[in-house]
Amino acid sequence: MSESYQLRCRECGRLWGNTPKSFCEECFSPLEVAYDYDAVKRIARKEDLASRSFNMWRYSELLPLPEGFVAPNSVGGTPLVHARHLGKKWGLQNLYVKNDAVCYPSLSFKDRVVATALTAAHRFEFKTVGCSSTGNLANAVAAQSAQQGFEACVFIPADLEPAKVLNTAVYGTRIVRINGNYDHVNRLCAQIADRFHWGLVNVNLRPYYAEGSKTHGYEIAEQLGWTLPDNVVVPMAGGSLITKIAKAFRELILLGWVKEKPVKFFGAQATGCSPISDGVKRNLARFEPQRPETIARSLAIGNPADGPYAIKEIRDSRGWAEDVSDREIVQAIQLLAESEGIFAETAGGVTVGVAQKLIGGGRIGAKETTVVCVTGNGLKTTDAITAEYPSAEAIAPRLDAFEAYLDAQLAASAGVARI
Amino acid sequence: MSVTIEIPTAFRKFTDGTPKYSCSATTVAEALNVLTERFPGLGKHVRDDQGQIRQFLNVYLNEEDIRFLGGEGCSLKDGDRVLLVPSIAGGSRE
Repeated sequence: MSESYQLRCRECGRLWGNTPKSFCEECFSPLEVAYDYDAVKRIARKEDLASRSFNMWRYSELLPLPEGFVAPNSVGGTPLVHARHLGKKWGLQNLYVKNDAVCYPSLSFKDRVVATALTAAHRFEFKTVGCSSTGNLANAVAAQSAQQGFEACVFIPADLEPAKVLNTAVYGTRIVRINGNYDHVNRLCAQIADRFHWGLVNVNLRPYYAEGSKTHGYEIAEQLGWTLPDNVVVPMAGGSLITKIAKAFRELILLGWVKEKPVKFFGAQATGCSPISDGVKRNLARFEPQRPETIARSLAIGNPADGPYAIKEIRDSRGWAEDVSDREIVQAIQLLAESEGIFAETAGGVTVGVAQKLIGGGRIGAKETTVVCVTGNGLKTTDAITAEYPSAEAIAPRLDAFEAYLDAQLAASAGVARI
Repeated sequence: MSVTIEIPTAFRKFTDGTPKYSCSATTVAEALNVLTERFPGLGKHVRDDQGQIRQFLNVYLNEEDIRFLGGEGCSLKDGDRVLLVPSIAGGSRE
């Protein structure tokens, strides 16, 4: 094998080389990208990173990229915010927010997975790419397809948030709205990938796509000064991200770039769509699919493809999973924004709300280093919180009008001090 | 009653290339059993050693996942379509 990676069946171990396929044609189990880590060790050197830009491509030796690869854009490299104010409210000294709400170019962590998927799409000479999406992925596919000259066709549930649809449409991408939920869309895409020669990033390119998530984990470790946190709280939709952050940490240990230590993985879901957290909490051998009913539509996957692996990762790490109500999601969005100046989408509300619950329940300790993963931008899901902020009545452009306004505010709340 | 089982491309090497198989069955379980008796090579890919439908194989009755219909015991009516779709999962463990 000239390359240091190829597809391998997750269950039977059969190797498939590099090809646009997501499941083993012998046993129909999922495929993953497997690396020859001896080869990776020979080419990947931590000291080389110093001269590279701070984006996801700085870890290129740990990604499934073809020889001669040239970074097409500057995805990733998002801030790890030491959340002192929120930490103080929760009694935590070492709380961090990994903020992929500002990921380039489409403001969610899906930019990372699309970046590696489109690299594979080039390699396999697809002209048309696409995806099934709850919104963020469609945004990322649309933006990066425009950058790289692919034809794009994305499939979304018909009831998606208008902002997410607009953030796809603006790039000139074909949008196919499906009467059904994400699980219906995903099933259709599996059939489309079977019929058409298209590169569907989360279907037939899924093994390559999923590897992009690892960079979220590499960055966390590097930004913590090449150490691993004690706890990571991760939103779960299909369940892939949590497993890929864990894979990233294992690889860094294997390379000797970080010291080995136990990291607990905590999964976060909305109560209205919580097949994975339900599976963890009830200790089920197999999760039970659900019909999603939540404002966190980017997490509304009732039949999560990587659910079994997410559950295993959480159990093996001695972590836990929790879920929060729609009301708690909105309150958590507000709490994060008011405490840290970070406006997260509903999925971020889920993660922050779940972190709060885990801390309250004693599953996360006060002195431990905890990273909360925020994966999408609040500007995409404004409809979820608009009702919290009714428009204030306008006043005349006169000082006496402002004084009257202040007096009225003071009377109403006693919280606004007259200067 | 007659139902049709739709078979994805990857499975067709076990079905002599047959994309659709019509048979008579009253439940999804029975339809799957008829299918795997007709094409024995498919059997171990549909069910695991415990006889359960494999974890990474999704089975649909018309538009609905059978797990929402009470599982493979759900009954069929004339003209129903049964779809076999491999689950698309990434996997990750080294």
